[in-house]
Amino acid sequence: MSDLEKNAQDAVDELPPEAQEDPLYFDPEPKDGAAAHIKSFPAAPEFQEALGYPGERPENWKEVALNKMQELRGKFRSFRLFLDICVKCGSCTDKCHYYMGTSDPKNMPVARQDLLRSVYRRYFTLPGKWFPSLVGARELTEEVLDEWYTYYFQCSECRRCSVFCPYGIDTAEVTMAAREILDSVGYGMKYTNEIIGKVFKVGNNLGLPKPALESTLEDLEEEIEDDTGVKVRLPLDEPADILLVPPSADFFAEPHIDGLIGYAKVFHAAGVKWTISSYASEAANFAMFIGSYENMRRVALRIRKAAIDLGVKRIIIGECGHAWRAAYQFLNTLAGPFDFLDQNYPIPQHICEFTWDLIQQGKLRFDKSQNDHLTLTFHDSCNVARASRMGDYPGGQFDIPRNIIKAVCNNYHDMPEGTIREETLCCGGGGGLLTDDLMELRKKGGSPRMKALKHVTEEFGVNKMAAICAICKTQFSKIMPMFGYGMDDIMSVHQLVSNAIVLPGSIQEKELDGEGEEAADAAE
Amino acid sequence: MLTTVYALLFYVAFAIFVGGIAYRIWEYWNTPKPAVIPTTPAPITYAGVAWRMLKEITVFESLWKGNKWIWIFAQLFHASLWLIIIRHLRYFLEPVPELVALAQPFGKYAGLTFVLGALGLLARRMFVSRVRYISAPSDYLMLVLFLGIGLSGLGMTFVAKPDIIGVKAFFLGLMVFNWQPLPASLPLMVHLGLVALWMIIFPFSKLLHAPGVFFSPTRNMRDVPREEYHPVPWLPPIDQVEYDPPHGK
Ligand code: SF4
Ligand code: SF4
Ligand code: SF4
Repeated sequence: MSDLEKNAQDAVDELPPEAQEDPLYFDPEPKDGAAAHIKSFPAAPEFQEALGYPGERPENWKEVALNKMQELRGKFRSFRLFLDICVKCGSCTDKCHYYMGTSDPKNMPVARQDLLRSVYRRYFTLPGKWFPSLVGARELTEEVLDEWYTYYFQCSECRRCSVFCPYGIDTAEVTMAAREILDSVGYGMKYTNEIIGKVFKVGNNLGLPKPALESTLEDLEEEIEDDTGVKVRLPLDEPADILLVPPSADFFAEPHIDGLIGYAKVFHAAGVKWTISSYASEAANFAMFIGSYENMRRVALRIRKAAIDLGVKRIIIGECGHAWRAAYQFLNTLAGPFDFLDQNYPIPQHICEFTWDLIQQGKLRFDKSQNDHLTLTFHDSCNVARASRMGDYPGGQFDIPRNIIKAVCNNYHDMPEGTIREETLCCGGGGGLLTDDLMELRKKGGSPRMKALKHVTEEFGVNKMAAICAICKTQFSKIMPMFGYGMDDIMSVHQLVSNAIVLPGSIQEKELDGEGEEAADAAE
Repeated sequence: MLTTVYALLFYVAFAIFVGGIAYRIWEYWNTPKPAVIPTTPAPITYAGVAWRMLKEITVFESLWKGNKWIWIFAQLFHASLWLIIIRHLRYFLEPVPELVALAQPFGKYAGLTFVLGALGLLARRMFVSRVRYISAPSDYLMLVLFLGIGLSGLGMTFVAKPDIIGVKAFFLGLMVFNWQPLPASLPLMVHLGLVALWMIIFPFSKLLHAPGVFFSPTRNMRDVPREEYHPVPWLPPIDQVEYDPPHGK
């Protein structure tokens, strides 16, 4: 166990007994500064410059920062409005998993907004100019800048707070603006900005070049053939009807990769021509995390170009929470219109929408008993839950993944109310915080979700949690062992599909059809 | 003298109130919403958005999900405020419309629930540490201002009734620039002074939540980013973009 992990462990062990139980527990007495020491590494100058930001803090940084704030007020109604209309009612104060986990009052959503609002008031409003202390306005100083950096990188932009705010104030919007302001004065975050640079250079977050992708996909083809006896292709850069854009973690991380195998099997069973693009081999768009529409667009345009170059008719996005938000809410907006694609399908489409359509049409055959050793629950990834939709009705994003799981598994239970669906708790590692320097925060922020999971483990014997987010999966495989679970107790939804799917001509099919009775059972 | 001071005060306050709010609305209206960002699950149709908004401004749906105590006090406060405002229309309208006359008996007692709601909110602000942490002096003063308006109003309703006819004549006169004397009464002066203050600070303070909520993109947008093209107004159009070059094998 590293020092960081140990610190995190101790912090959780210190909680009072009721806090160990209740997923939504928060300390009634905030502890000022409790998370002030948790700070991610800032980006080196070269990584800043690659994204079009200054590498060093400019002489006149204060002026630059305030000009940026003014600029963003003109560009985003959300930002301008949210800074004005918060009434400090307190409804959001106990809703952030980072506040629940750290008790640091600056992690209360409204207090997080206030870090910036106080400066906004000082420079942009009359009361703040005339009576700063009356309205809680303050000067912009180096200390304030550091405080912004610390706490705006303790927000996963999960939007949970916005659900409970009477005006829909979404702290994520303020966090994004704050990060953009920090970047404009050369104070970016290493993890996010280095990764965006890799996408620009190589095409994906992990920096996997085409040859590496090729050999990975070939390995997977062999693996599937060994398991099923069927030659399932995972094409790269081939002309096709469908462009699949998975998060790059799907190419090598566990349990992500089993999800990719699942997509491939589904495509195979559907008999469609699909491909992955080495140029747009990344669904994730970390530029969203730093609130930079320019960089977000540059990443999104790769998908557009790949779609044009490969001549596809449809775009399908793999399992990833923020990537699905980036695709659902931003792809059309930033890189559209996609009038050259087939308009009969949603643009873009989620892999779960695709699979669920096929299941409804009866085109996929499953042997559910393959998942009988598992008792599952589903973690609603917050970006999917609160910033997107699946299917054609509001809330489809909750039902479709659950429907798929229930179609391929016999044992399923939801976690407690208030921790799922639109009120879902973040895994603790989203929003660009999935870095080792923030391990303590990740563990504390993930603790509410872990406690909710414990409930269903105790009540229903749930032993696995499924998710459709690359970041959630990585985060959980890291923190679950700290809460008494195994690192493989987090699964991809399409991993479950992959386990149960019976491909035509496969070993599984022969086994099933050989024994008539069991086949009938499994097909029901 | 008193009449002149209050008449001028109300002209200024009213101008700031109306002009200020109009300016803010103009500002919000003209600031782009560069992406479709409703908090989902969100309605897909305009009717759905109207319904969501209606629930938000009448039954405070999100606040209900968030915190029942704040919800109770906020409802008491705002519902009472509406009744009080309707009741006060009688000072500005001649003849008094039926609806306003109907609200009269309720309006009288709404003053009490209004004060109760404000006290509840104040108590939360003072005694719940999380809310105390996020409160600036202005947040307390705002409630104190409301309490001042409410208590002075109650004083006139139930204790020392001023010359109501005279008050009405004063306001009707104000509206047609034909000033009538304002009856001299201490609670009335306090009451009117605080109301004028409220109108003056409205466009510069969090009171903007009232018009602002209608502009909140997370609540007023339809969830149709895939169905409808919604370009970012300040980015170059798609036919002028440059793509990253393909990288080496
Ligand atoms: S719920 Fe909304 S209005 Fe209330 S304190 Fe939080 S951000 Fe402000
Ligand atoms: S967006 Fe999520 S992480 Fe950020 S303040 Fe709100 S609840 Fe906390
Ligand atoms: S990592 Fe998952 S749970 Fe966390 S913010 Fe992203 S989508 Fe939400």
